[in-house]
Amino acid sequence: MSEVGTAGNGARSGSSAARQLWAPWDDPNEKPHVQIVDVTKRFGNFVAVDNISLDIFKREFFSLLGPSGCGKTTLLRMLAGFETPSAGKILLEGEDMSGVPPYERPVNMMFQSYALFPHMNVEKNIAFGLKQDGVAKPEISRRVAEVIDMVQLGPFARRKPHQLSGGQRQRVALARSLVKKPKMLLLDEPLGALDKNLRTQTQFELMNIQEETGITFVIVTHDQEEAMTVSSRIAVMDHGKIVQVSTPAELYEAPSSRYVADFIGEVNILEGRVDQREGDHLIVQSPEAGCAIETGPFNGETADRPVWVALRPEKVRISKNAPPKSGRNCMVGEVWDIGYIGNLSTFHVKLDSGKMVTATQANMARLIERPITWEDRVYLTWAPDAAVVLLG
Amino acid sequence: MAGQSPQDPGDKVAYVDRTAANAGPLAGLHARLLLFAPYEMLCRLRLQLGISGRGLVIAIPYLWLLAFFLAPFLIVLKISFAEVQVAMPPYSPLFTFVEDGFISIQASWDNYLFLLEDSLYINSYLSSLKIALISMLLTLLVGYPIAYGMMRAPRRWRFALLMMVILPFWTSFLIRVYAWIGILKKEGLLNLALTQLGLINEPLTILNTDIAVYIGIVYSYLPFMVLPLYANLEKMDLSLLEAAADLGCRPIKAFWVVTVPLSLSGIVAGCFLVFIPAVGEFVIPDLLGGSETLMIGKTLWSEFFNNRDWPLSSAVAVILLLVLVIPIVLFQRMQDRNARAEA
Amino acid sequence: MRQGLTWFNIGSLILGFLFLYLPIALLIIYSFNESRLVTVWGGFSTKWYAEMLQNEGLLSAGWVTLKVAFTSSSFATVLGTIAGLIMSRFGAFHGRTFFSGMIYAPLVMPEVITGLSLLLMFVAVALDRGFVTVTIAHITFSMCYVAVVVQSRLVSFDRSIEEAAMDLGCPPARTFFQITLPVIAPAVIAGWLLSFTLSLDDLVIASFTTGPGATTLPMKIYSQVRLGVTPEINAVCTVLVGLVAAGVLTASLVTRRQEMRREAEERLAVAGG
Repeated sequence: MSEVGTAGNGARSGSSAARQLWAPWDDPNEKPHVQIVDVTKRFGNFVAVDNISLDIFKREFFSLLGPSGCGKTTLLRMLAGFETPSAGKILLEGEDMSGVPPYERPVNMMFQSYALFPHMNVEKNIAFGLKQDGVAKPEISRRVAEVIDMVQLGPFARRKPHQLSGGQRQRVALARSLVKKPKMLLLDEPLGALDKNLRTQTQFELMNIQEETGITFVIVTHDQEEAMTVSSRIAVMDHGKIVQVSTPAELYEAPSSRYVADFIGEVNILEGRVDQREGDHLIVQSPEAGCAIETGPFNGETADRPVWVALRPEKVRISKNAPPKSGRNCMVGEVWDIGYIGNLSTFHVKLDSGKMVTATQANMARLIERPITWEDRVYLTWAPDAAVVLLG
Repeated sequence: MAGQSPQDPGDKVAYVDRTAANAGPLAGLHARLLLFAPYEMLCRLRLQLGISGRGLVIAIPYLWLLAFFLAPFLIVLKISFAEVQVAMPPYSPLFTFVEDGFISIQASWDNYLFLLEDSLYINSYLSSLKIALISMLLTLLVGYPIAYGMMRAPRRWRFALLMMVILPFWTSFLIRVYAWIGILKKEGLLNLALTQLGLINEPLTILNTDIAVYIGIVYSYLPFMVLPLYANLEKMDLSLLEAAADLGCRPIKAFWVVTVPLSLSGIVAGCFLVFIPAVGEFVIPDLLGGSETLMIGKTLWSEFFNNRDWPLSSAVAVILLLVLVIPIVLFQRMQDRNARAEA
Repeated sequence: MRQGLTWFNIGSLILGFLFLYLPIALLIIYSFNESRLVTVWGGFSTKWYAEMLQNEGLLSAGWVTLKVAFTSSSFATVLGTIAGLIMSRFGAFHGRTFFSGMIYAPLVMPEVITGLSLLLMFVAVALDRGFVTVTIAHITFSMCYVAVVVQSRLVSFDRSIEEAAMDLGCPPARTFFQITLPVIAPAVIAGWLLSFTLSLDDLVIASFTTGPGATTLPMKIYSQVRLGVTPEINAVCTVLVGLVAAGVLTASLVTRRQEMRREAEERLAVAGG
């Protein structure tokens, strides 16, 4: 999953080693750009956002990820100023934003429906924000031209919104929100209305723009692939609470709960009980799996309670031959179904316990003959590090 | 992984200076007007009274309506308790100052008692209600097929059809009622046509009867019934009828079981829009009705202009208002609810 | 079930529109009748139009009516737009139910009641009846129609563009004038036209609230009609109907053309223009 993301990062300054190390959230000396402190939002009896605290750092591309109704849009609107928190406060560069209306915040938003002014053309739409601030006319023209260039809308500058396609309108909306060089840019499901090809292309354009302008982006999305591709960090939300905040890699490889493991990508979850500890690995007995599982490093408290093991399908090796040392990290079952999508084959295997697990394999060779086919008896193995322990 | 550059290429994020922000034309005007003492005092007064800008906006139409819609009703109520006088204005005052600065209140129930005694008025009210109700039903019967036909018409005709329904509404009400005089009178076009066709031997007396009033009301109020009905029917999902047919329901039954219930709010809106004003209708019964056609609007008019009895007319108006207050409140509640629901 | 017309549908449409338009058509035809009588066709003639143009009373009444209509609809549009804005945007406030009651009631209130009550009030405050009082009366009931039209437009309005404007630094009041108003302009104009028509057409309320020197055209027509059918009145009616029809047709053709051009442009844009 994460491999796809790094491929397209074109023009980047800085060495790749430095790139990997950029993690202001780990640096105790870094002051967060935006602080959300104990924020709750109630609509009548319904709690949309439940006591959330979050720090977002400068120049981050931060995602709020979750299913519909989890409160992510409400949180975004509170950052923009369209909703006021029922409790808690929001600080932007240390300044309390309580009571500051949206037209006085140095924050701009790109709306899901783009919300372009229908009676103005592209140039006037983009210039609108600058006019409100009383910027001088020549300066407005210069900056509008600059940003139109950035989003490549040059030939369409005089058109009105109804004369533009969906993708073009999206770029106008983006340009309009960037031209004021806000401290933070909020994007509400920006790519939802685009078709798949356009979406992938726009994702990388967004990342480039964020790099160039250095603005902190906060994006709301329900599409986990999108979040994984563009983000520096992702906050996974559920029913108004934040479940986990991490980089995409950490979320994928080290989820903190079954909810996160299941939400991001495909995963096999096996239930069991901790048998013993070997150093920092655990040995989990799982009747479901039909074997003992040697997990990756885990330092939490596990005394006498059920645990779950998360296993990503691409890390499971499938073979018709039994491994040399069975007993640990080896499941046996029958191939129930095979999904072929060209580059990958997904094997749905029914274990002897009745549990269905998935194993994914890249198709390294052309599929002239199927080495593994339906109803074959197969062995699934994996390395200990691939098995992640989840407590909830 | 996204946006990771360890070198900060200078702070490109610049917070735009908003000191020039309040430089719109209105703001400029406001600033200049503040130099005038009275305006400045009003603004300070406003702030002291704690009236927000929002409150000021609400106040403008509110005060107008209080002054020119509500206050008049209170005055009607007051005058209905007065006695008729040969004076200008032709009624006795409610409050009169007598010696020692006392105020004596002169109010009498005479007018109301008179209304209750004289059968003319009670009959007028009842007759108005009856005529309005029958007209409302007739208008519904005539208007529903038209609205339904418009809904079933192909998309590209709908605009034209809508225009054709609205056009008579834009032309004068008075003119259209007047047109019917020429048609319905004894020497009128209808009798001419019927005689020519050999359908009748003697000309029919339609003008100056209740029947003419029904025709007149249905004709004049038809757009008020068709438009809400059409607006409602147009939003109906035709696939519901297809689903009904798919489940074995015959078209006529489907109409009664699916279409009519769904258009109920349109029917109710249209009925209110016809019934309530029809009760107090004046022009149609005056021009098309006869002397036996009793409608309270006509009675009120003649009471006011011919008899010059202002207090009695006021009492008539108050009773009419009381009769209509329940439908009016129901209508207003329904409108408000619909508007809120659509939001 | 096809999206098609049954014979019943077609029949009801044809009969319905015949019913609506026949009286008007007959009125127009007989305005060109040489003879005074409806039953006798004396030949085509425009003499009634000539007589109408020489009738001082009619012409001055027409002029008064136009002035009243123009003034009252302009004020009514402003007040009504504010009222529509309040009803759709301002949420709850003290006396809101009462306010909405005052907005919806005049839509159905019998005109005799409104007319009588306004006249009595003008007398009570010793305001001389004439142009001003008629105009005030017309403003009062017209603004309610405008409010309803504007309110229904605002309710279906995409609020995210107002939020976008505020997000870009535009305070609420300015947002209304620069963003909301231009977008709802067609509804506001429709409201103005509606007020204009209602004022032009009003008989009952004008009769109560007007004074000497401010006789309106409907009042003139009414007083002559009570005496019987006269072809001169037919001529006046035809002219009025003609004007209104021309106005409505032009307006609808223009909007139609704009709409179709807009749709074509949208299609072009989606196709990748």
